[in-house]
Amino acid sequence: MSRLHGLAAALAVLGGVSGVRAEVPTTRAPTPAHVWSFDGPMGRFDMASVQRGYAVYNQVCSACHGMAAVTYGDLAGIGLNEAQVRQIAASHKVPGPLDDDGHPTRRPATPNDHLLSPFPNPQAAMRANSGVVPPDQSRLAMVFPGGPSRIYALLTSYGPAPAGMTIAPGHAYNPYFDGRQTAMPQPLRDHQVTYADGTDATLAREAEDVTNFLAWAAWPHLAERHRIGARIVLYLVFLFVLTILLKRKVWSHVH
Amino acid sequence: MAKNTDLHETRQTVTYTGVAGWIDRRLPVLTGFRAEYITYRMPANLNWLWNFGAILTVVLMVMLATGLFLAIHYTPSAADAFASVEAIDRQVPSGWLLRSIHMTGASLFMAALYIHLFRGLYYGSYKQPRELLWITGLVLLCMVMLTAFAGYVLPWGQMSYWGADVVGKAVGAVPGIGGWLEHFLQGGDAPGDVSLHRLFILHFFMAFAVLGVVVVHVAVLHVAGSGNPKGIEPPAATVPFHPYYSAKDAAGLVLFITVFAVLVFFFPAIVAEPENYRPANPMHTPADIEPEWYFLPFYGILQSVPSKFGGLVVSVGAIGLLFLAPWLDTSPVRSARYRPVYRLGIVGLVVAFVTLGLVGRHHAEGIWMIVGRIATLVYYGHFLLVMPWSTRRERTLPAGVEGTP
Ligand code: HEC
Ligand code: HEM
Repeated sequence: MSRLHGLAAALAVLGGVSGVRAEVPTTRAPTPAHVWSFDGPMGRFDMASVQRGYAVYNQVCSACHGMAAVTYGDLAGIGLNEAQVRQIAASHKVPGPLDDDGHPTRRPATPNDHLLSPFPNPQAAMRANSGVVPPDQSRLAMVFPGGPSRIYALLTSYGPAPAGMTIAPGHAYNPYFDGRQTAMPQPLRDHQVTYADGTDATLAREAEDVTNFLAWAAWPHLAERHRIGARIVLYLVFLFVLTILLKRKVWSHVH
Repeated sequence: MAKNTDLHETRQTVTYTGVAGWIDRRLPVLTGFRAEYITYRMPANLNWLWNFGAILTVVLMVMLATGLFLAIHYTPSAADAFASVEAIDRQVPSGWLLRSIHMTGASLFMAALYIHLFRGLYYGSYKQPRELLWITGLVLLCMVMLTAFAGYVLPWGQMSYWGADVVGKAVGAVPGIGGWLEHFLQGGDAPGDVSLHRLFILHFFMAFAVLGVVVVHVAVLHVAGSGNPKGIEPPAATVPFHPYYSAKDAAGLVLFITVFAVLVFFFPAIVAEPENYRPANPMHTPADIEPEWYFLPFYGILQSVPSKFGGLVVSVGAIGLLFLAPWLDTSPVRSARYRPVYRLGIVGLVVAFVTLGLVGRHHAEGIWMIVGRIATLVYYGHFLLVMPWSTRRERTLPAGVEGTP
C-alpha cells in the first residue's frame, strides 16, 4: 500500500518536473512511507539524532515556529545534563519585567521558561510570513495529518513548480502541502547547520534529525512509557497466572 | 454448600475483641463488612460476566484518585486550560502517566459499563425483584455519561470546544426550556470561560456523586442478592463471597488491569484524539467533529433522524426505554438462555447498537442514513415489540430444566 503511494508520489513529482501540461495536480501528494525508530509498540528515539534535531530546530525553525508547551528544562529529556540545559536556556532571551521607565526589557531564559514563538503576536507573525501564522510545533508531529513521515517528505521536497502551475506571491512549490504550495520558504539545504558531533549535515540528515526532534516533542515520554510498560505488563501477566491458580484451587471442591 | 435462601449468614457471628470490639459494639462496621463481603451468600454458578461490577468499582476508585491529582494542576479558564494540561503532560512529574490512566480509564469504564448493562439485559437482571437495582444502575449510566462529556471539554482542545458547541446546540433545540438550558450549561451563546468553569465543577461533583449512587446500587443489590445465568431462583447452590468470589473477582480484575496497562503504555493513541491536542479555536471548525466512541451509537441515532429536536428525542428515548425494561418484559423466565425469541431480540439489539456506532462515525451520510434508521427501528423494536410479545409466549422453562423460573 505505502509502496504504491510512494510510486504514485514519485510519478506525480516526475510528471510535475517533466512538465506534463495536461493536468497540474493541486491536491497534495500521498506521503511516502519512512521507517522511524520510534514506530511500533516497542519504539525508541535515536537520541543522538534527536539532539542534532534540536540544533536544527534552534538554528533554523525557531526563527518562525514556537514550541510553547515545551520548556528549556524539558530538554533534559533528550539526554542533556543540567549544566547544558542551563547554558542553552541562558543563550536565549525572553520578555522580562518592565524597567523603571515602563519600557519592556528582555532577560536570559531559565530552564522554567518556554520555547516561545519569536513573534510578539499572530498579526506580526502573519505580516512576516505572507499572511500565514507558522504553527506551533509542540505537538506538530502528532496533529499534522500524515505525521512525521509527511514532515520529512515536505522538508526534502522543495523544487521548481511544474509548468502551468501558478504559485501565489510569497509562496513556494511543495507537493506535500495542501494545494501543493506553501508560505514556508525552503528552510533546509545541505550544510544549513553545522553539527557539533561532526555528522555531515546533508539535507536528508537535517530533515530526519529535526523530524525526530519534533516527534520527541510530540511524544516526550514514549521511550520511558515503553520501558516501564514492558515491566508492568510482564508483572501483571505473572500476577494473573497466580490469581487464576488461586481461583482454581479455591473452587476445586465446588461441583 | 447448603441450599440457602438467607443471603446474610446469621449463624456464624464473630465476636471482635480489643479496639476492634470496642468500635464494633458502637458502630458495627466489622460485623457489617463480614456479613456483606465475607459470609454473604452468592449463587455458585455465576460466569465471568458477573465480574464487571467489581471491575467498575475499582476503575471508579482509580478515576477518582487520578482525577483529584489532575484537578490539583488544572486551571479551568479558557486562556489557561490547554496550557495547564500540557504542563501536566510535560512538566509535572509522572503527570503524563496519571493523565493517560485517567483518559484510558474513562474509555474502559464506559466499555465495562456497556458489558455490565448488556449482561443485565441478557440474563433478565432487571426483572422483579431487582427493578430498583436496575434503575439505580441506569441513573449511574446517565451520571457517568454526563461526567465523561464534561471531562472531555476540560482540556480545551479543538474537539473539546466543538464537542461542547454541538451539545450546547443540541440542548438548545429542546422547545421551551432549550435556550435557558443552553445558557445554564454554557453561560453564553458559545462555549467559553463560563462554560469551562461550570463543566469543571460539574465533572468534579458528578464523579463523587457517582460514588454515592454506587453505594446505593450495591446496598439494593444486597437485598435481593445476585441473579445468576440460569435465572432460576433461589439458585441450586450458594457459596460464601469470600474466598470464592473474592478469588474470582481478583483474577478478573488483574486480567482487566492488564488490558488497561497494554493500552496506557503501548497504544494510548487508541483513546486519544490527536485533533484535541490543537488548542480550542472558535474561528476554525474542524473538518470532522466526532464524539468519543462511547457516545457514537446515540450520535448515530441523532443524525439518522431528520429533525434536530426529533433526533434528540429518539436518542434520549433510547436510554429512556432501558428504564422501562422491567415493565415491558414481565415474563417469569429471566434468562435469555431459555427464551429463543427474546434471545434473538437481544442479539439484534447488540448488533443495532454497534451498527449505530458506525453510523455515528460516518455522520449518517448516504447509505448510512438508511442503515441508521433501520438500526434505530431494531433497537426500539427490541423494547416495544420483542419484550411484550415474548412475555406472552415465553413463560415456562423448557422440559428438563429444574426449578421455578
Ligand atoms: C521563514 C519562516 C519559517 C521557517 C524558518 C520555518 N518555517 Fe515551517 N512554516 C512557516 C510557515 C509560514 C508555515 C505555514 C505554511 C502554510 O500553511 O502554507 C510553516 C509550516 C510548516 C509545517 C506545516 C504545518 C501545517 O500545519 O501546515 C511544517 C511541518 C513546518 N513548517 C516545519 C518546519 C521545520 C521543521 C522548520 C525548520 C527546519 C521550519 N518549518 C522552518 C514558516 C517557517
Ligand atoms: C458506576 C457504575 C456501576 C458500578 C460501580 C456497579 C457496580 C455493581 C456491582 C459491584 C454489582 C455486583 C457484581 C455484578 O453483578 O457484576 C452490580 C450488579 C448489578 N448492576 Fe451495577 N454497577 C454500575 C452500573 C450499572 C448500570 C449502568 C447498570 C444497568 C442499568 C447496572 C445494573 C446492575 C444489575 C442489574 C446488577 C445485578 C445483576 C445480577 O446479579 O443479575 N449497574 N453492579
